[in-house]
Amino acid sequence: MAAYVQEIGALTMRWVRRLSREKFSMVFTLVQPMLFWLIFFGNLFQRAADAQVVQAPNYISFLAAGVVVMTVLNNGLAGGVDLLFDKENGFLERLLSTPIHRTSVVLSRFLFVMTITCLQILVILGVAALFGVRPATGLLGVAVILFIGMLFGVGLTAISMAIAFSVKSHGDFFSVLGFLSLPLIFLSSALVPLSAMPAWMSVLARFNPMTWAIDAIRPLILSGWAEALPRIGMVVVIMAVFDAFCLYGSARAFRRTIG
Amino acid sequence: MEVIGRTVAIEASGLGKVYDGVTAIDGLSFQVFAGEIFGLLGPNGAGKSTTLRILITIVRPDAGHATVLGHDVVREADRVRHLIGYVPQERAIDRFLTGREHLLLLGDLYHLPKSETRKRIAEILRLVDLEEQADRPARTYSGGMKRKLDLACGLLPNPKILFLDEPTLGLDVQSRLRIWDYVRRLRERGITIVMTTNYLDEADRLCDRLAIIDGGRIKALGSPNELKAGLGGDIISLTVGASETACVDRLASELKGLPFVRAISTKQNGLDIRVESPEKALPVVLEAANRAACRLEFIDYHRPRLDDVFVALTGHAIREEFPKTDE
Ligand SMILES: Nc1ncnc2c1ncn2[C@@H]1O[C@H](COP(=O)(O)OP(=O)(O)O)[C@@H](O)[C@H]1O
Ligand SMILES: [Mg+2]
Repeated sequence: MAAYVQEIGALTMRWVRRLSREKFSMVFTLVQPMLFWLIFFGNLFQRAADAQVVQAPNYISFLAAGVVVMTVLNNGLAGGVDLLFDKENGFLERLLSTPIHRTSVVLSRFLFVMTITCLQILVILGVAALFGVRPATGLLGVAVILFIGMLFGVGLTAISMAIAFSVKSHGDFFSVLGFLSLPLIFLSSALVPLSAMPAWMSVLARFNPMTWAIDAIRPLILSGWAEALPRIGMVVVIMAVFDAFCLYGSARAFRRTIG
Repeated sequence: MEVIGRTVAIEASGLGKVYDGVTAIDGLSFQVFAGEIFGLLGPNGAGKSTTLRILITIVRPDAGHATVLGHDVVREADRVRHLIGYVPQERAIDRFLTGREHLLLLGDLYHLPKSETRKRIAEILRLVDLEEQADRPARTYSGGMKRKLDLACGLLPNPKILFLDEPTLGLDVQSRLRIWDYVRRLRERGITIVMTTNYLDEADRLCDRLAIIDGGRIKALGSPNELKAGLGGDIISLTVGASETACVDRLASELKGLPFVRAISTKQNGLDIRVESPEKALPVVLEAANRAACRLEFIDYHRPRLDDVFVALTGHAIREEFPKTDE
């Protein structure tokens, strides 16, 4: 057990150290592009978005939940790419030739991606607060938002790792990513509520786990516990299924790679 | 286990691996003795890395089995991992970490106490002569320095057996010689070395014993001298004038079947003839050249070299610039 903690700690610190070496990318990791969505989209569509349709006092408060989950989506889907680089340059081989538990490399990556994602969500909620968006459910609500984000993030990171272990090159990886991420965003309730979508899109969006995560987080920000609780229950069930599915797939891909 | 008084460090028997229908290796069996430098010599794609990856437990064989210091590489993989060090073929280096940070990371992965890791790092950095650069990010390292760091990483676990995959690939002559020197010094410390290479001179001068691998199979096994002696006969190399390459084939057919001639391999502008006793064969060969109306530009006679062994065993040169043998 002590050995397991030692190796996971060291591997996680490697990701942290790498990030801190790249000062540039560290700044851009925390002040991420998603913030621009919140600030520009949120204010841009202020007049265009009908308060009646979005069921929120203003568009930016409606959008906050979407931006939080989009951050989880981006981080999760990109979460495997560093393992892909490790696989390509032989570093993974070096790690696997040491007497570490086979899951440690992957677990360290989960830990790192989840921690960064939490920090980013806090930054987003902070910026939203500057624009007057305060979560109706307070600090406990923020904790639940982080929890839902993590539930979704675990599955996404697992998918990302599965792709990383399966593709031949990182070119392929980024093609698959680009292909996945935009449809997932547009076919969700991130930008527009399901009720305002064309029927076929709202049907598809219902199969998108992202929709369920957003629909649980949104009332935590906008209205309060009464509306949020049943949806939180729902999202926990859906995410349990989603995560189990993704983790199973990624475990298979991992086992295939390391023989 | 003892074989003629020598301890067996690695025992591989019938190893096979197939990747999506491509046979990487096919029924490899060999032994590595404790304290020797054992080489896997073969061209690109021969299956050297695959063999090494099986022995270091990161690839599971589809057939056969192997033991490292008595431990099965599949069933007791974790035991094996504690006993070995590995230097991969690629420069497996994280460019954002310093040399020292690589070694500290590995110390934790081998579950060493911090004090022990620090002690070993100081010693290893001195050995590979990387003390001054140890605290610079690896992205500022030259190729030779990266290779030294690679080697240092392989040594950190204090291995009984060190596996090196093409340790001098792409290095300049100076760095190659230095790596050879380290490898010999490690042997003196009692470390068993298993390395792959596709350099004939490296195999010849560095390895105590070799397995020549081609197309996933072992073609020969033995010390460089045994392999050369096993070939039998010496080599007469003929070079014809640039304008007379047409006569090479004529000369080859003249020579075929003559007494003393064991094998002939044609090159762009000449022939390599393996003969039983050169002093008897030489007049016969020259006569044949006369009959074939070949003007010889250059005649060379030498004891078999490892490249002759390789050609004789595999039917082709280790790198592609030569055509095949006509046995
Ligand atoms: N992970 C892999 N996936 C598919 N094919 C592989 C893989 N590793 C090796 N091979 C194939 O197996 C053969 C032997 O490769 P390798 O062991 O790397 O040879 P060497 O190290 O001697 O150059 C080659 O044909 C190579 O393409
Ligand atoms: Mg290789």
